[in-house]
Amino acid sequence: MTSTEWPLWEVFVRARRGLSHIHVGSLHAPDAAMAVRNARDVYTRRGEGVSIWVVPSDQITASSPDEKDAFFDPAADKVYRHPTFYEVPAEAKHL
Amino acid sequence: MRDRYALALGDDALVLAQRLGEWVARAPELEEDVALANIALDLLGQARTLLTYAGELEGAGRDEDVLAYWRDDRDFRNVLLVELPNGDFAVTMARQLLFAAYQYELYDRLRASTDDTLAAVAGKAVKEVHYHRDHATQWVLRLGDGTDESHRRMAEGLRAVWPYADELFDGDDVTAALSAEGVAVDPATLREPWTAYVGGVLAEAGLEPPADATPRRGGRRGLHTEQLGYLLAEMQHLHRSHPGVTW
Repeated sequence: MTSTEWPLWEVFVRARRGLSHIHVGSLHAPDAAMAVRNARDVYTRRGEGVSIWVVPSDQITASSPDEKDAFFDPAADKVYRHPTFYEVPAEAKHL
Repeated sequence: MRDRYALALGDDALVLAQRLGEWVARAPELEEDVALANIALDLLGQARTLLTYAGELEGAGRDEDVLAYWRDDRDFRNVLLVELPNGDFAVTMARQLLFAAYQYELYDRLRASTDDTLAAVAGKAVKEVHYHRDHATQWVLRLGDGTDESHRRMAEGLRAVWPYADELFDGDDVTAALSAEGVAVDPATLREPWTAYVGGVLAEAGLEPPADATPRRGGRRGLHTEQLGYLLAEMQHLHRSHPGVTW
């Protein structure tokens, strides 16, 4: 039996010019054009955004929770990867 | 004269807002529930401004609440189209397409009104209504050009509301006098762009404009369908039972 439920879409909203699109949630819609409209109504009706992206949820490839240790733990003790060992010249503002 | 014009436009928005509100918690999907509520709230905002303005022009001390809650159906001046029962989703989308396409052309021209308040209302509302028209268009296309069942229902929905389209373009003594002054838009001038837009959507959706419809009219003169009485009973009940209630 085929599912009659609308497919799921992930919604990304850019709050204002110059910022990145941020994932805000997901919704159901029959197709991409309707997903953008539904996103407008569900996620931007209080003036939250100036641009919307929608992506079919099944098109997102995610890292697995099982791989969490192998993926992320090795980064935890590499302090030398942070650019904190430089002397910042006094003339360099706004760093 | 101007108060009667503002009242008619305000009543259109108020009654349709109430009708669309009936979909809340009943729409086919959560997302549509929110979309229809948004559209209803846009219309309610238009109604509030227009009824407030009508009350000020009238000068009898009636504010938006008095006009919304203390008039009976014979005193409402909305077109019959907006008071029609929601029916199924296709009926509602057919009604939305016909009305939003009309309201878009109306507000687009009313922006040039010599009346500053009406021009300001139209300037804000035309953007809202542009979206309402798009929303209805998307659904009419999908249902009309979808499955056999969705096509059948969309065609039936269109037949149900089509007889009420003619009234949108009726003029009366108010619109005749005010459009001559540049205050109002002559409704008859909206028919051509409306027909072009709606006709284009229907053609793309594979739907025919119903040919043998007998036009229904009377709302602008206060002669309404029985359905408006039930709508007002629900809308006005709380305020009439508890005058001035707030929460």
